Amino acid sequence: MAQSFKEALNSGKFIITSEIGPPKGTNLEKMRHHIDLLRDKVDGLNVTDHQSSVMRFPSIGGCLEIKEHGGEPILQMTCRDRNQMALQAELLLAYTRGIRNVLCLTGDSIPIGDHKEAKGVFELDSVQLLRTIRQMESGKDLGGNALDGAVEFCAGAIVTPEANPIEPQLIKFEKKIEAGAEFIQTQAIYDLDNFRKFMEYARKFPVKILAGIVLLVSARMAKYMNENVPGIFVPQNLIAELEAAPKGEALNKGIEIAGRMIAALKKDSICDGVHLMAIGREEVVPDILAAAGINGHKP
Amino acid sequence: MKSITRQKPLEEIEQQLEGLERAYIIGCGTCTTMTKTGGREEVLDMKERLQGLGKMVTGWTVIPIACDEMTEASLKENDGAIRSADCLLVMSCALGVQKAGSYSGKPVIPALDTLFIGVEDKPGYFHEVCDQCGHCVLGYTAGICPITACHKGLLNGPCGGTNNGKCEIDKEKDCAWTLIYQRLKAQDRLDLMRKYQPPKNSQVIPRPRLARIL
Ligand code: SF4
Ligand code: SF4
Repeated sequence: MAQSFKEALNSGKFIITSEIGPPKGTNLEKMRHHIDLLRDKVDGLNVTDHQSSVMRFPSIGGCLEIKEHGGEPILQMTCRDRNQMALQAELLLAYTRGIRNVLCLTGDSIPIGDHKEAKGVFELDSVQLLRTIRQMESGKDLGGNALDGAVEFCAGAIVTPEANPIEPQLIKFEKKIEAGAEFIQTQAIYDLDNFRKFMEYARKFPVKILAGIVLLVSARMAKYMNENVPGIFVPQNLIAELEAAPKGEALNKGIEIAGRMIAALKKDSICDGVHLMAIGREEVVPDILAAAGINGHKP
Repeated sequence: MKSITRQKPLEEIEQQLEGLERAYIIGCGTCTTMTKTGGREEVLDMKERLQGLGKMVTGWTVIPIACDEMTEASLKENDGAIRSADCLLVMSCALGVQKAGSYSGKPVIPALDTLFIGVEDKPGYFHEVCDQCGHCVLGYTAGICPITACHKGLLNGPCGGTNNGKCEIDKEKDCAWTLIYQRLKAQDRLDLMRKYQPPKNSQVIPRPRLARIL
């Protein structure tokens, strides 16, 4: 029997998680392929929840697939699409199907997605969702009513270590930990010195930190993210490295950079693990791990 | 404080007027005059445009405050022109539309969309200030409303989409939580931001909202 994510978190080993993006439609082939490819190489597989507000196969559906295929799912739950009743109901369903890990997110805004006239719910925020889980664990729902059978989750949240200004983010980070977050998966980080500084601060809190690693596939992507993705800062030297890569080799360079960063984070025990986001290129995650010198990670 | 409105496209007004040939136009001397969406000038302009569509305008008026009791008195003065109309085309905010609708028994057609309750920053620029949520939290947020100024209406601090003080939905819009943070910090009251805020009560007064205030 494989280790649960929570056991892995508490084992003291360097944690690896990765993410799966569900399909837009009912063709699950590609997602199943990614699950088969990754489930034994990581400690947990996140399933995104209509990422970037693009309507897709649901996160919980992806988690059930992972469960059925012997993997350890991490259910990403945003507050964008469901009110408190729907969120709690889904937590009940998740628990009864053996899903034990939840990543609590506020969720992206509707206008950036592909249903631009839809209603954004945001009745709860990420901090309130974390507290909801803790309350349901005590046997009561948000209405204060008794549950016939409680839940138990390993709950996590996110932080953006490169945000500017940083203090409001850190205040919220601390509220998330107070609300019961056991692990934090960060937004993509690229500058290890900055991240080290963040970790000096974050180490003071009783929470496991997994550094977000987003695979760079080209210099163009790096520049695009610098301009358009909040809280992501790819330093110039990495962009130059990608630019210098021979034609057709930028992806390999990106794999090398990601592998190198993971190896450095692991070697110096800067944080408790990494969360790999290969957005649309999940099939190269094993290559990134190999580049980091990590093979056959999970027992 | 104003009701901020925007004129509907003429096409939509025409669709609403289907089968209604004779219109009486009502403007408002308060909010829609200030926003230049339903004052005297705009009413006269609408009159011409309706005539251009082949409609008959039986009369028009600009009520000083279309949402209050005076609406009834003002409309009485124009009873004849109103009676001979098939409908009232109202160029006030939705409050005046409803008021006119309850008074006359005639079909009412809104010519404007009521956008929000807001204030004017500079001529022609408005921003929303309050969503009348029923439980005001301005005391914790340095007087900046997180329900209306934050796209997601968050209560416990910024989302991950905030960037250099701007909101994830628009680089031109300020992030409410950056503003709240800055003001609380200047007041040395950041502890308020650290305090957990529970979910908002969405049913302070279940709709339809009625209140008796003694
Ligand atoms: S919190 Fe905002 S929406 Fe609610 S009453 Fe106060 S100003 Fe209005
Ligand atoms: S960026 Fe700021 S204003 Fe916009 S949704 Fe996030 S917290 Fe709210």
